[in-house]
Amino acid sequence: MEGVKHNRFGPVIFSKYERGSAIERALAMSREDILFELKNSGLKGRGGAGFPTSTKWMLTAAAISDKKYLICNADEGEPGTFKDRVLLIEYPELVFDAMVVGGYTIGATEGIVYLRGEYEYLLDSLNDYLNGMRKDNLLGENILGKKGFNFDIRIFLGEGSYVCGEETALIESLEGHRGEARNRPPYPVNTGFMGKPTCVNNVETLATISHIIVKGSEWYKNFGTSKSKGTKLFSISGDCEKPGVYELEWGMKISDVLKLVGAKDTKAVQIGGASGVCLNSSQFDRTLAYEDVPTGGSIIIFNKKRSMLKVLKNFMEFFVEESCGQCTPCRIGNVKLLEAVKMIEENKLTFGYLKKLKELAETMKIASKCGLGQSSPNPFLSIIENFKEEIFNYAGGGEYAKE
Amino acid sequence: MRKNNNVRAPESQKRLKVKIADNPEDIGAMVHIEINEKKVSVPLGTTILEACRKNQIHIPTLCHHDDLCIAGVCRVCVVEVEGMKTLQAACSFPITNPVKIKTTSPRVRRARKNILDLLLSEHYGECYACVRNNNCELQALAKEYGVDHYNFGHIDKPKFQVDNSSYAVVRDMNKCVLCKRCVRTCIDLQEVGVLEAINRGEATYIGTFFDKPLADVICINCGQCINRCPTGALHANDPRDEIWAAIDDPEKHVIIQTAPSPRAAIGEEFGLEPGHSLTGEMNTALRRIGFDAVFDTNFAADLTVMEEGTELLLRLYKALAKGEPDVAIPQFTSCSPGWVKYLEHFYPDFINHLSSAKSPQQMFGALLKTFYPKIKNIDPANIVTVAVMPCAAKKFECNRPEMTDSGYKDIDYGLTTRELAQMIKEAGIYLPELPKSGFDDPFGDATGAGLIFGATGGVMEAALRTVLELVTGDKIENIFENAEIKPVRGFEGIRYAEIPVTKVGKVPGIISHLIPDFEWLKGITLKVAVAHGTANAKKVLEDIKNGGKFSHCHFIEFMACPGGCLGGGGQPIPTNAEIRRKRAEAIYKEERTLNYRKSHENPKLIRLYNEFLTDGPCGSVSHKLLHTTYTKRGSFIV
Repeated sequence: MEGVKHNRFGPVIFSKYERGSAIERALAMSREDILFELKNSGLKGRGGAGFPTSTKWMLTAAAISDKKYLICNADEGEPGTFKDRVLLIEYPELVFDAMVVGGYTIGATEGIVYLRGEYEYLLDSLNDYLNGMRKDNLLGENILGKKGFNFDIRIFLGEGSYVCGEETALIESLEGHRGEARNRPPYPVNTGFMGKPTCVNNVETLATISHIIVKGSEWYKNFGTSKSKGTKLFSISGDCEKPGVYELEWGMKISDVLKLVGAKDTKAVQIGGASGVCLNSSQFDRTLAYEDVPTGGSIIIFNKKRSMLKVLKNFMEFFVEESCGQCTPCRIGNVKLLEAVKMIEENKLTFGYLKKLKELAETMKIASKCGLGQSSPNPFLSIIENFKEEIFNYAGGGEYAKE
Repeated sequence: MRKNNNVRAPESQKRLKVKIADNPEDIGAMVHIEINEKKVSVPLGTTILEACRKNQIHIPTLCHHDDLCIAGVCRVCVVEVEGMKTLQAACSFPITNPVKIKTTSPRVRRARKNILDLLLSEHYGECYACVRNNNCELQALAKEYGVDHYNFGHIDKPKFQVDNSSYAVVRDMNKCVLCKRCVRTCIDLQEVGVLEAINRGEATYIGTFFDKPLADVICINCGQCINRCPTGALHANDPRDEIWAAIDDPEKHVIIQTAPSPRAAIGEEFGLEPGHSLTGEMNTALRRIGFDAVFDTNFAADLTVMEEGTELLLRLYKALAKGEPDVAIPQFTSCSPGWVKYLEHFYPDFINHLSSAKSPQQMFGALLKTFYPKIKNIDPANIVTVAVMPCAAKKFECNRPEMTDSGYKDIDYGLTTRELAQMIKEAGIYLPELPKSGFDDPFGDATGAGLIFGATGGVMEAALRTVLELVTGDKIENIFENAEIKPVRGFEGIRYAEIPVTKVGKVPGIISHLIPDFEWLKGITLKVAVAHGTANAKKVLEDIKNGGKFSHCHFIEFMACPGGCLGGGGQPIPTNAEIRRKRAEAIYKEERTLNYRKSHENPKLIRLYNEFLTDGPCGSVSHKLLHTTYTKRGSFIV
């Protein structure tokens, strides 16, 4: 595992860290202190939804149950996101240490990593790594001599469905059922895996926690903006010279990011993966932060040669296929939006119908059962709005739409 | 991976975790909320839907059904909850804090309309060519929202082949709106689980194991899914055309027998409130339609009591008096063909517990093609037997290869209550206004014991009335007031009762050649149980497997459908606990008015044993005609 480690630089996640140090530090602290540190750090979930991590941990810690679970959501399925893979390959100590810390804090005895099916090739090395931790008493019984604190981690391989990144669908899948989102409330912190209180955290969230525990929340708050604390890993891909995973402070301008990765002639930036929004060049001075453009970390860059209609079609095809199919707005709504893209291609979309579709997109955003259907209209709305000149001024969707 | 195999329904389709206290006001578990700016208090854990219904605020629903666990998938019931970004499904949102709810805001109205338009765009077919025309929840919603054109288009070609392989249930997935009520009915209400969503996204459909035809999976034919389908995607396999053809054929002598439950529910098909029994009116209608004879299945139910009761006494005699080790006790009832098939599939090792007595429908069928043609001098080949049943599984039962003991197909067609109502309408008859008439001889009017077969616990009560009288020699009225055995009545899923046998009498002549005396029964406590719905049956069977309380029972009544036959898969739609309760009331009310209320007192039945089944209950003739065998099906289709 050491061999594949790249030279990565970053102020928080990629800063120096010694395996086991977060566990050691945490076990010397009270649970309340750990929760306070987390709350003080202002850390929000890095999977994309941005729910305050400390709240999630507190609610799970407060739930009364004979058994609790901590789940690491490694179902990295958002198109254009590959940061979790980097963390799991190169920095597993950050992720697993934080899971142990979490187990200690919330009172869980079992940690489960829900690993994306396509990451099967990581399975052996991750299991080896866990065995190493067991050998050193970082996992198992009475961890590091802490009497009564038992915690172990197992890895569960997903089957490749996008929706299983949604935490309740993930839990359903883990239980052996169809990957379908549950009704919320009740939330997993009360009724999660096997009906027990369950805390589901993203890989990156956990990795950040390890650093916060060791170096303190005050240190962490030095980074980022007033409302978005700390740093974020960005998976940057598309038309640029240096694609890859970058750790950047919150609050960076999009144009600065583009400069950093050597993007030229950029026409559009899709932020937050397929379910995110697509910005045009007039919006590149906006900042990446929860208060402006929030994101789970995926940035896809499109240069002037790309057809935005094709980009949109690609996204909508993705959602039509990946909708779990249980709720009406998402199952049929995405089909209707994709049909509209095809109508634009064939020059058949009327503005009257477009207006109706925009209304439909709003309905999908507020009435779908889970985050998938609530966010899948984002690319449709933002691309249609931000690139309407390109899409509508040229017959059939612009000069690049037809090969 | 699944740790608890007993729990088959996923968490996403479970009942709400928040339990509502019995005395919320006393323990301070009332939540003060606002609905459309009106202040109301509801018990903690009430869903928004329940809260609105209690306060006369209408919320449209589609995937919600009172009998089923929540799904929250159609999203038609969305409402606005102050402080939440997205709309919430009223059916699945438990109220735990003082929320403010808006049910008719512009956002809500627009969302509902859009969702409805989406559903309609994928719903194939036209309303006037549909079995559920005028009784369809999707149609009703479209009307409620004034849909006059398809905003998002309308599918114009069918995607699926109609599956009419099953004798009982026809599946037309082109009309499916993916509300998953059938899935939840099958896996959660009945714990059978032959239906599940397959594929995802646009390609999602409700299918069976490996997409096999319904006839080739372990469907028990209970038809509960039909009763809960909001559209015409599921309906029973309809034999109306064949029956009309037989009626129109002058060569054929077409007989209809009517089960106890259809008469208590058929009024609902004609717009009456549930709970009106139309026995006499229905008889008249059947004659006007053109049936040559109208018989009461309750007569055969009386016969079943005699046969099954004797069998029970024989089993007990062998086990308790003679100490034979291989006698299967408790004896299970066998009237419900859905239950029988459930047992054959899921607990095949238990089939020796099933009473070998056929169901009333099939007993009657065997008589109608043997005894009846003899006394009427008709060629049995020209007799067509129709059974109007509250049941979908009866359509399967009459097609079981064993059911040909008369030398012919004992029952030719099973007809549901819904289908009979349709026939009556086609004949231009408005049922509730007809004059009343009785049943035809030689079977005539039956006893109240046969009538109560229609309600859960009824078979048990009928059997106990006869068995206890035969054994004790005492009048049942002396043991239970007004002959009503209350402990086995009601709607609780599983009921258990103990009846001590304090005295025994002389063995009545009709079975004295089988059992010499009843002394061995003296001092014994008769333990009986009743379970309805196969999910409850499963609990009892698991308990028996584990040597629990029910393994010490002597006799257990099982019904596949919740509520017993009156909640059967062939009954009028909709169904819910309240409707089933009213149907039961109608049955018990009618029962109190009958002259005879014990099967063994039925004079026509005594005549039958004297003239035809001359070697008595469980004798050789009845064994040939009235008893049957079962198949260990397991997971296989045999």
